[in-house]
Amino acid sequence: MHRFANPARFLRLSALLLPWTAGATVILLIAGLYLSLFGSPPDYQQGDTVRIMYIHVPAAWMSLFVYTNMAIAAAAGLVWKHPLADLFAKAAAPIGAGFTLICLVTGSLWGAPMWGTWWVWDARLTSVLILFFLYLGYMALVNAFDDPQRGARAGDVLLLVGIVNVPIIKFSVDWWNTLHQPASVVRMGGPTIDSSMLIPLLVMAVGFTTYFITVVILRLRAELAQRKIQTLRFSVAGDGATG
Amino acid sequence: MTEFFAMGGYAAFVWPAYGLAALVLIGLLAVSLKGLREAEATVRALEGVRTPRRRARAAHSHTTHSHTDSPHTAPSSAPGLPGKASEG
Repeated sequence: MHRFANPARFLRLSALLLPWTAGATVILLIAGLYLSLFGSPPDYQQGDTVRIMYIHVPAAWMSLFVYTNMAIAAAAGLVWKHPLADLFAKAAAPIGAGFTLICLVTGSLWGAPMWGTWWVWDARLTSVLILFFLYLGYMALVNAFDDPQRGARAGDVLLLVGIVNVPIIKFSVDWWNTLHQPASVVRMGGPTIDSSMLIPLLVMAVGFTTYFITVVILRLRAELAQRKIQTLRFSVAGDGATG
Repeated sequence: MTEFFAMGGYAAFVWPAYGLAALVLIGLLAVSLKGLREAEATVRALEGVRTPRRRARAAHSHTTHSHTDSPHTAPSSAPGLPGKASEG
């Protein structure tokens, strides 16, 4: 595992990977948009509002997926003092926050016509709002220290504490009475939605995942460049002071 | 076509959902690309500042090394060691 976390190796591997993930993202999202807007039927109860699902549900999955990956990276950063792990969490946080924001707003836009309300303080909606604040809090905390190492440590602890929220979000629809419907895709006994709706949903979800990989690689490369700028500035300042 | 854009009367909910998702995802991509380009440009600029100076000093210390022990050049070249500074 340490071999893949070497920054020089990461830069080489990511340069090879990037065109493929970027290309896959473009193709998958074009296909996904076509299927969700033209290629799938309106719901017999919800009409065309069901098309919001093809954005809302993949964004919700991504919000949990990204956070879980960040928490795993935080554990690796704390245990093995891994420099790339901390940088990964920092690079991924704004993307995760973006997906959570999409999830919340599209959910609201779907709830207004179908539930008759933009927002309710029930278990599912509230726990996802907490996830959004966890992302924002992590981003603020990591950047609040002059020493990036100390910021990364504090952020890692926050991520590991916040991971309790992930199962709460997933099972909130089973544990409490909520307006939100229970899981219909990731559940015991297989999906309950028709394949004409399941396929666009999965295509969008894979497209969101490749989008995440693409943008997180770009952001990681930028973070590595920032590290390099710090060391270069330090040595230029050293040259200036002594020379 | 107007029927498609009407979304069965739910246009006011469906299109903002897709619009916001596009805005957030394209915006994040644009900000990330811009940050990467600027950081890489700064790295190039800083390396441009550093490299000629280090070469000049290396040449200078070579010529002075023969007749002085030059204790003052030893610490000044230490932070500029290329292999250690560039990759952690």
